[in-house]
Amino acid sequence: MVTNKKGIDQTMKIDASDISYKELNARIKDAASNGVQRIELRNVYGQRYIGTGLDRPLEVEIFGTPGNDLGAFMNGSRIIVYGNAQDGCGNTMNSGEIIVHGHAGDIVGLSARGGEIFIKEDVGYRAGIHMKEYENKKPVLVIGGTAQDFLGEYMAGGILILLGLNLKEGEPQQTNFIGTGMHGGVIYLGNVVDGFQLGKEVGVGELQESDYQVLQKFVEKFAVYFDYDAREILRHRFIKLFPLNLRPYGRLYAY
Amino acid sequence: MVDRDPERCIECQVCVNQCSFDVHYYDAEDDEVRSHEENCVGCHRCAVFCPTQALTIRRNPLDYRENYNWRPEAIEDVIKQAETGGVLLTGMGNDKGYRIYWDHLVLNASQVTNPSIDPLREPMELTTWLGRKPDRVELAPDSIDLKTELSPQVKLEIPVMFSAMSYGAVSLNVHESLARAATEAGTLWNTGEGGLHPRLYQYGANTIVQVASGRFGVHPEYLNIARAVEIKIGQGAKPGIGGHLPGEKVSREVSLTRMIPQGTDALSPAPHHDIYSIEDLAQLIYALKEATNYQKPILVKIAAVHNSAAIASGMVRAGADIIVLDGLRGSTGAAPKIIRDNVGIPIELALASVDSRLRQEGIRNQASVVIAGGIRTSGDVTKAIALGADAVYIATSALIALGCHVCQQCHTGKCAWGICTTDPALTKRVNPEIGARRLTNLLHSWSLEIKDMLGGMGINAVESLRGNRLHLRAVGLTDTELEILGVKMAGS
Repeated sequence: MVTNKKGIDQTMKIDASDISYKELNARIKDAASNGVQRIELRNVYGQRYIGTGLDRPLEVEIFGTPGNDLGAFMNGSRIIVYGNAQDGCGNTMNSGEIIVHGHAGDIVGLSARGGEIFIKEDVGYRAGIHMKEYENKKPVLVIGGTAQDFLGEYMAGGILILLGLNLKEGEPQQTNFIGTGMHGGVIYLGNVVDGFQLGKEVGVGELQESDYQVLQKFVEKFAVYFDYDAREILRHRFIKLFPLNLRPYGRLYAY
Repeated sequence: MVDRDPERCIECQVCVNQCSFDVHYYDAEDDEVRSHEENCVGCHRCAVFCPTQALTIRRNPLDYRENYNWRPEAIEDVIKQAETGGVLLTGMGNDKGYRIYWDHLVLNASQVTNPSIDPLREPMELTTWLGRKPDRVELAPDSIDLKTELSPQVKLEIPVMFSAMSYGAVSLNVHESLARAATEAGTLWNTGEGGLHPRLYQYGANTIVQVASGRFGVHPEYLNIARAVEIKIGQGAKPGIGGHLPGEKVSREVSLTRMIPQGTDALSPAPHHDIYSIEDLAQLIYALKEATNYQKPILVKIAAVHNSAAIASGMVRAGADIIVLDGLRGSTGAAPKIIRDNVGIPIELALASVDSRLRQEGIRNQASVVIAGGIRTSGDVTKAIALGADAVYIATSALIALGCHVCQQCHTGKCAWGICTTDPALTKRVNPEIGARRLTNLLHSWSLEIKDMLGGMGINAVESLRGNRLHLRAVGLTDTELEILGVKMAGS
């Protein structure tokens, strides 16, 4: 047991089987406000909203399968999932970190404004949709596998990295309509995509030195979290997707 | 067109300075103020400020040949589209001649058989509690304490709130005027989807914060500072579509509250991408309840459309504490004209059908119903409450109180009255102190009038009028309209 100066137990374990999401989250928040710094959740069976609205530095380790809206509106906490995450992981997140040792469902990082999300395997539809950035906040979403359609749709800021590590050499990413309506931020794609897989608002380019620095920084983190060799990952060829126009709909109107 | 009386004009150029549409200009050679009349939008700013009353603004009599089908507006819209190839934008609410049902509904009054109440001598209550009400209440044994746990409730001193208008569309001075007036009058104002300026956090107890599809400026502090949180699904002026705040309007201050970089377009997608069903709506409602510790009622706002009644039932079952219906005549800072003028249904019919449906299903108590879109007077408010609303939202009437002359140029960002603009030279035309006073005055006069109408009906609390459609009669409506409104024909 780790205790702080006041003798408060800084680590807390909760067996989440048979606990409703409402009670579970109330206990997490209660613990957080009592100075607990690490919470270990065992037997998580789909409870929603874990870490939703948490706004203090706190580490939550989840063993099992957390439900939808994991870490929604989160501000500064860290969640590590040993299992798969469902839909809405990191929805409208402000800051903090979510690390998923498995797959994640649809809309990972929807409208996130800050924070970092690392997914070891694949993600569902609309990952990183409408991510945005503001001043020193810049959301980062790193996906180890591949994604379903509409990756980075409406993206307004931030960094989205799709590694495609579970694809064969030369096998294209599975996502179509990548970056439709994109008007900010950047997407780095490992593995190839065919032209038809891209939204019409994105341009394709080679990575510059500054891009490689960014990519390296987050790939290294990814490699540490999921026990990969970062150099091996970075040997792959990457392409960069960027918005062709910062105002894709600026000329839609008669003015 | 502009009529300038040369006898009165003293070439002071007040009109030149006041006009943001470049109508008036000073010709130094001739020492004369002249006009580019084609630019005039009819906002009356110059006429109001002319110190010698030299200006009269009139409709331009040069008209097209009479044609009931091809009216000037239709002709000019086609010309503009032929020139630009773009979507036409407009501001304010639907200005077309759809039937305004408020004008076909009349209120009752007591005569002889039951006495009316004189609000000058007797207490009248307009207090309204918004929020989910329990099916039944239980008292703790041997006490008068409630055993039933109540959902969070919001107390309003008058059943009129200020509807959502985002910072970026309107100016910060307008937001501050609304916030201060709401605080003073004991009601709520609504941030709209553009976030809340930190300077206005002090009015949090009277603030509804909005969470829309763009999620601009939504963070834990924003949610927790508010009295209630509104999920905006749709808006009466533009049902089914998103919104684009152009980068020119995203100034440093606007970027601060929206939390996006300065000068970038703020694009609100048409749907929330985490809401494709009633079940998904329930999920966002409960995510917000979790994020605010179940302390705040959650409003869900939709545009009034064909199947509003069924949707409303789903919204209530999804956990919305307050449902908001925004009607065909609801206003906007900018919307495609074709959408504003052709999509949605009149609020009176939507309200009546939603209220009836929720009653039939036995769930009317589970959510309050608030309506928006075209409330002009306290008479409209009173009729809305009799038809089944718990409270109403007003926006255009509030802006008129701040100086708006409904010239429908909101989308240009050039508002000469300094309301719907982020240009610092124009926004200072609204003084929050005076603005708050004028809005408070408006609410005060409406509350006096509502009390007068209630007293006349022999009712001393607005609660007793709520959904009491027997106090309404209709004039000049068809049987189908009467049936949907649940109102009898006058005389019957």
